[in-house]
Amino acid sequence: MGVRMKGTAPTRSPVLALHSALVFAFLYLPIVVLMAYSLNGIGVGSFPPRNLTFDWYRLLLRDGAIWDSVWNSAKVALAAVLLSLLLGVPAALAFDRAKIPGIGIFRRLVLLPLILPGIITGLSLLMLFVAAGMKLSLLTVALGHGTALIAVATTEVYAGVVKLDRRQEEASLDLGANDWQTFWRIALPNLKLSIIGAALLVFTLSMDEIAVSFFLVGRENTLPLEIWSRLRRGMTPEINAISTVIFIFSLVTIVVWYRLRMRGETALESAL
Amino acid sequence: MYTRSYRAAVTLPPVLWVSLFLLLAYVLLLMYSFWSVHSGLIVHAWSLDSYRRLIGNPEYLGVLLRSMRIAAFVTLAALVLGYPLAYYLSFYSRHKRLLYQIVIVPLWVSYLVRAYAWKTILGTDGVLNTLLQSLHLTSRPVSALLYSPWAVWVTLTHIYTPFAFLPIYAALEHIPRSLVEASQDLGASTRQTFWRVIVPLSAPGIVAGATFAFVLSLGDFLAPLLVGGPNGIMISNIVVSLFGAAYDWPMGAAISVGMLLLVLALLIATERLEKKWAYV
Amino acid sequence: MTGTTQPALLSIRSVRKSFGEHEVLRDISLEIKAGEFITILGESGSGKTTLLRLIAGFEQSDMGEIWLAGERIDTVPPYRRRVNTVFQQYALFPHLSVLENIMYGLRADGVAAGDARERAGQALALVKMEGRAQASPSRLSGGQQQRVALARALVKRPLVLLLDEPLSALDANLRQQMRLELKSLQRETGISFVFVTHDQEEAMALSDRIALLRAGTPEQVATPEEIYNRPATAYTARFIGQTNLLSGSVSTGQARVGPWQWPCSATDGPASFSLRPEHLRIAGSARDGAIRFAARVSDQAFQGAVRIVALETPDGQQLTARLAASVDCNRTHEFEFDPRDVVVLPPEETD
Repeated sequence: MGVRMKGTAPTRSPVLALHSALVFAFLYLPIVVLMAYSLNGIGVGSFPPRNLTFDWYRLLLRDGAIWDSVWNSAKVALAAVLLSLLLGVPAALAFDRAKIPGIGIFRRLVLLPLILPGIITGLSLLMLFVAAGMKLSLLTVALGHGTALIAVATTEVYAGVVKLDRRQEEASLDLGANDWQTFWRIALPNLKLSIIGAALLVFTLSMDEIAVSFFLVGRENTLPLEIWSRLRRGMTPEINAISTVIFIFSLVTIVVWYRLRMRGETALESAL
Repeated sequence: MYTRSYRAAVTLPPVLWVSLFLLLAYVLLLMYSFWSVHSGLIVHAWSLDSYRRLIGNPEYLGVLLRSMRIAAFVTLAALVLGYPLAYYLSFYSRHKRLLYQIVIVPLWVSYLVRAYAWKTILGTDGVLNTLLQSLHLTSRPVSALLYSPWAVWVTLTHIYTPFAFLPIYAALEHIPRSLVEASQDLGASTRQTFWRVIVPLSAPGIVAGATFAFVLSLGDFLAPLLVGGPNGIMISNIVVSLFGAAYDWPMGAAISVGMLLLVLALLIATERLEKKWAYV
Repeated sequence: MTGTTQPALLSIRSVRKSFGEHEVLRDISLEIKAGEFITILGESGSGKTTLLRLIAGFEQSDMGEIWLAGERIDTVPPYRRRVNTVFQQYALFPHLSVLENIMYGLRADGVAAGDARERAGQALALVKMEGRAQASPSRLSGGQQQRVALARALVKRPLVLLLDEPLSALDANLRQQMRLELKSLQRETGISFVFVTHDQEEAMALSDRIALLRAGTPEQVATPEEIYNRPATAYTARFIGQTNLLSGSVSTGQARVGPWQWPCSATDGPASFSLRPEHLRIAGSARDGAIRFAARVSDQAFQGAVRIVALETPDGQQLTARLAASVDCNRTHEFEFDPRDVVVLPPEETD
């Protein structure tokens, strides 16, 4: 059709630009400080850091308890991803396609853990497990995360579901495939990007989750809870190191997730 | 287009699970709040005892009020920081996609890490004190920076500003640029256009952002524990202790139910507002 | 109508505009008179919308100047130009009522609420929308929204009103009706209307003058009659109305197209010839100077009052004719045209 014209060219606003720069600084200051401290030879305290060293990272590498908790968190996170997707994908489809009375209420219920303070959901689940006679363990944590994060998975996948081309599914049905085959071969592949995005998000959120885990954890700690218990005991500079590592890891994950999302959107634009 | 069995297949598993694990859990919470505790044991008999004690307890009410005050200030700060940022990104920035990514990254970077970082910044040996001293604004470290409601406010603002930013940015992006052009065409300056067109049309985003910031701050228990000190305790900390050392599950449940009702009421009210102001 | 001795109200001088690598307007100059209805016509990509946006102030030109009523306006922001726009999608403010929409520009100028309301009410009456003052724009039909958009712009009494393809979203009958209303509005208010469209029929029906844009420059700027009867180039002849474009040459005072020739005073050389379908008729009694030829009718399409007939001459020349009566298909008939109806044009450029 021709060149896509840009809208009104933005004028300049130095005031707004300055304000935005300050907000960015505010948002990133703590992280920068942490990273600086993690290299600080004298340990916590005194700014700017002196005697740059990787000692804390070396200490971190040898810290068995931390790595155990990392492994625990990873197990829980994977289970949470599985659970939230197994339930979240059908839920997303249900919201889009099953216009049953009561679906609205169900939707609100599913989204509740997202907006309620985490401890309320954690407490409630604790009571449930106690009533069921279950012992607190990584399993209960995983069940808790999975349940609470269904909301996240559903929201992510739903964004992809509404973009699905129903006519493709209609064509599939028209050609003789049944509902399940159509879902498996037509809908699911098109939801790939959303599902991967949802998985990444749920994984990241689970790895960092504290509020729900706090109440559901047994003898084995997750990473955040392990860090937390150490913080209660006093500051160890390793914490700065592990925090920096967590930050970098999350950063990479989120950038990947965002790129995936953008790729999904631009692919759609070029397909239209 | 979708057969009954299809709709049943997609609806039943999540509904069953959520009813069992979520609905039932919340119902249990409710039930607990109507029980009471006597000499270290939970009595499963209906009573309004916990609620009565809750309402009659000035300490709890004081903490609740403080929590709401802190949450309100956090919301205000998050809007003051987040709205102009979102406006700048949406209407002025040439690199909005990149900058948007930079804003949302902190959201997903371990809450614990970020809250802990403020502990180091605000401490007597921390960045802020060092800065103040080097600028000769203070002669000695200010210990009140840390372990105070103020510290909780700063930390929570830091954590929840991106939460406020997101829906505001989405709402601003949703405003058709032709409306902005029309406003300027009709003689309204950039400032007039901002207040008369952009702000009203971004109202649902503001409401959503404010709601997120308020509700999430209100229920926060980590930041107060890390940086709040004895004066910075918030309502969730009381709940946590009631489930821990103070062992009074029914009371903890009662307070939780109270919070739940408060949050639900807020959500219903803001949802109405958002619908009413949804012009675009 | 508008006299040619009137000074230009809006003067576009040697304006250039590129978007990245793509040059959308190249060295375009145009003068718009007070009180005239001028249409900027062109295909998509011809630069007409960009030109409009430059006048309104939403784009900055790379080179050149724009002057309005003796003052330079291209350096001035949109809200300080005495120019108003009717947007293609109307751009009505959804959070304001119809009346508030119309009052918006007046309030922005600092007009008191009472006065603004009164003037807005008058503008509403002008576009025949009284009674919908409190309505919300989202509840109006396309045609109604457009009237509100018009009222909103006109109430400010601009020197120039810009209309960006305002009728393209309306269905055929409504379009016809709105055309008449637009024309009478322009007459009533006396404001210069700069109307952008790709629909040449619309352009001819509405305008005092048409500026045909092609790839960023004006191809021809003239009254509808002139542009139709005396197109300057083959492109114009094709774009405006239908035509038969024949290629031939002029030599020694004679135009030659295939087997035909007739006296022609144009300069020698290759040339294109434009012959409108309505100038082809079934041959009647012999007339001086008429060119007669036999052709087979290969197709005809019924159009109500006329028929569009496709002809093919023995040497393969394809022609289109507009005839009142029907002719038998696949039969050969005698046709004729008056060479004075043929317009000589520079030879068509082959891209």
